[in-house]
Amino acid sequence: MPKQTPEVRAHNFNEVALGYNEEKALKAAKRCLQCPKPPCIEGCPVEIDIPAFIKHIVEQRYEESIKVLKKYTNLPGVCGRVCPAEDQCEFKCVLSKIGAPVNIGYLERFAADKELERGPVNIDLPPPTGKKVAVVGSGPASVTAAGDLVKLGHDVTMFEALHKPGGVLVYGIPEFRLPKRIVQYEVDYLKRLGVKVETNFIVGRTLTIDELFEMGYDAIFMGVGAGTPDFLHIPGENLGGVYSANEFLTRSNLMKAYSFPEADTPINVGKVVAVIGGGNVTMDAARTALRLGAEVIVAYRRSQAEMPARPQEVANAREEGVKFQFLTAPVRMIGNEKGQVKQLECIKMELGEPDASGRRRPVPIPNSNFLMDADAVIVAIGSGANPLIRRTARGVDLTEDGRIIADPATGRTSREGIWTGGDIVTGEATVISAMGAGKMAAKDIHRWLLEKPRQRWQTVEAVHA
Amino acid sequence: MYKIARKMELGPNVKLMEIEAPLIAKKQKPGQFVVLRVHENGERIPLTITESNNERGTITLIFQEVGKTTRQLGQLNVGDAIPDLVGPLGVPAEIKDFGTVVVVGGGAATAVAYPEARELKKAGNKVLTIIGARTKDLIILEEQMKACSDELYITTDDGSKGHHGVVTDVLKQLIEKGTKIDFVVAIGPAIMMKVVAETTRPYKIKTVASLNPIMVDATGMCGVCRVSVGGQTKFACVDGPEFDAHLVDFDLLMARQRMYLDKERASLEKWEKECRIK
Repeated sequence: MPKQTPEVRAHNFNEVALGYNEEKALKAAKRCLQCPKPPCIEGCPVEIDIPAFIKHIVEQRYEESIKVLKKYTNLPGVCGRVCPAEDQCEFKCVLSKIGAPVNIGYLERFAADKELERGPVNIDLPPPTGKKVAVVGSGPASVTAAGDLVKLGHDVTMFEALHKPGGVLVYGIPEFRLPKRIVQYEVDYLKRLGVKVETNFIVGRTLTIDELFEMGYDAIFMGVGAGTPDFLHIPGENLGGVYSANEFLTRSNLMKAYSFPEADTPINVGKVVAVIGGGNVTMDAARTALRLGAEVIVAYRRSQAEMPARPQEVANAREEGVKFQFLTAPVRMIGNEKGQVKQLECIKMELGEPDASGRRRPVPIPNSNFLMDADAVIVAIGSGANPLIRRTARGVDLTEDGRIIADPATGRTSREGIWTGGDIVTGEATVISAMGAGKMAAKDIHRWLLEKPRQRWQTVEAVHA
Repeated sequence: MYKIARKMELGPNVKLMEIEAPLIAKKQKPGQFVVLRVHENGERIPLTITESNNERGTITLIFQEVGKTTRQLGQLNVGDAIPDLVGPLGVPAEIKDFGTVVVVGGGAATAVAYPEARELKKAGNKVLTIIGARTKDLIILEEQMKACSDELYITTDDGSKGHHGVVTDVLKQLIEKGTKIDFVVAIGPAIMMKVVAETTRPYKIKTVASLNPIMVDATGMCGVCRVSVGGQTKFACVDGPEFDAHLVDFDLLMARQRMYLDKERASLEKWEKECRIK
């Protein structure tokens, strides 16, 4: 896949991966063996008929190709960019046993980009069912549920708390990995299909769940996302210049702080930025800070092998000049007289026995403390449940840490008429797994809405860690 | 879009706007706030709702023009619309019959103190109100406060109206006079709230402050509004904005309010220059 060169892209926010041209796409597509029992499909959380969409690319029938994709995903342009394909469909591809798998992710992006060039394909909608569904949130789980439900003839309204729809695709994932126009295109497509989008609307505050039911909504899908950022709980963490990854990325992405003062929201990086963590969000924050002009060091408490981030994103970050300090954990943040962070005290770690996650547990090495300069620190160690849910989701059972408990086979919550899916159930996970959950819930919502007579609300006992 | 139905100048750079937002008007309780954005490249700022009118479907905001966003907001007129407005946010203020309460409002934040004084009065309290400002032109809502207070005290830093001094002078006098005070609510600049907390602390009078840190999403997602209360980190947007004033680390609040001072100033100056050119 052609990319902007590291020297160039380290100084701009344009998309890093440039996408296949037709020649490259055809070449890649022709490698697909069109297996009679395609294992790649098993690797896809939304079970896309992968050989079929690739076959249409080989035939240069791109409209047919995108039609296949759209049967399974409402966000092909997004999935083709941010799905960890190497762990999913491509991992299962038979060719991966003997060499490189078919580049399924890149091909999906190619088909989606072709549609972007030509304009959306038309889809025939079934007659309206007369059923109203409220979708709370507008991230990947919600967009998927909304799209599937509108295509089944339901009247769908999507409610978004922020001023722009797209959820994490808009506030979290940076432009250089997922251009906002792609998300906008997919949301516009949903609107064309008839989904109503209400921004600046916080379900639980602007209107409650009970009021939505009173207003005639027959079913509610809650795809509200992970929510509140985790912090390290070490001294000095509230100093100025210490950001959660959520804040840092929201400022830069949603609020366009990278173009301050053209945009009004400021962001401070200074000379050196330390980013704490090892996941995809850590990479997004580090690469954003780099593009804002800082020298960036990622401090991760385990070694590179245990990093949850996609290897290709780690490689991209490294190429661009992000430095890595493995087996390092911060213990204290030190500020100046103005309350602004200046230094980070860290301790060296070594790997001990494997923990519950199967990864070797990092253990501090006594007396190995050292200081690191940092004008800003970004804490990118994950996030917990949205804190508003606990206060506002009456009758919906939650786990102790505030996540919504969902039936794993249907997405049903404990309250009749309410479904859920995505990060609010699983904790921070991938775009595609949230989409899978949205899809599953949409199917069950549809079944339930048309059920006659309606059976008693049942949820298989939810298995929840 | 949220249309401006009424606009008034309450003092130098202090403006009142009544805005059409029927759903928020219906839900709003004292102490809650909205987040708004004035234009496509605008920042998100929180403003506490002064009052709402359910019949008209409006909410009233009172704000002081201090930075670019509040200045731009102040330039909008009746009939103009605010593109983004969301709420009501935050935990409502605790309103009940405490007995005798003192409501302390500082400067433009008197607009936030007013609905609490009004509701505390309705709940059966004896309400003693102290409002203070730099100078007499900056004293706002005097009539409204008078209407819902059993006693109203005014202080100005320059002595141009009422007591020459600060709000805590009056608070201290009330306490020392032996007035039985059951509850104090302080709403104003962080430094004022800090001094109020220090004034009531020795007497163990329950005191709450309404904190005003920087916010972005204001739904608990970003954490920029974190404050330290009793040594624990809280998010003012979802856990507050009101907290036990005796437990709040006001120095931290003030330091965090100043994080972007340079950039905020630069942004305002750039905009003012552009306005002059136009």
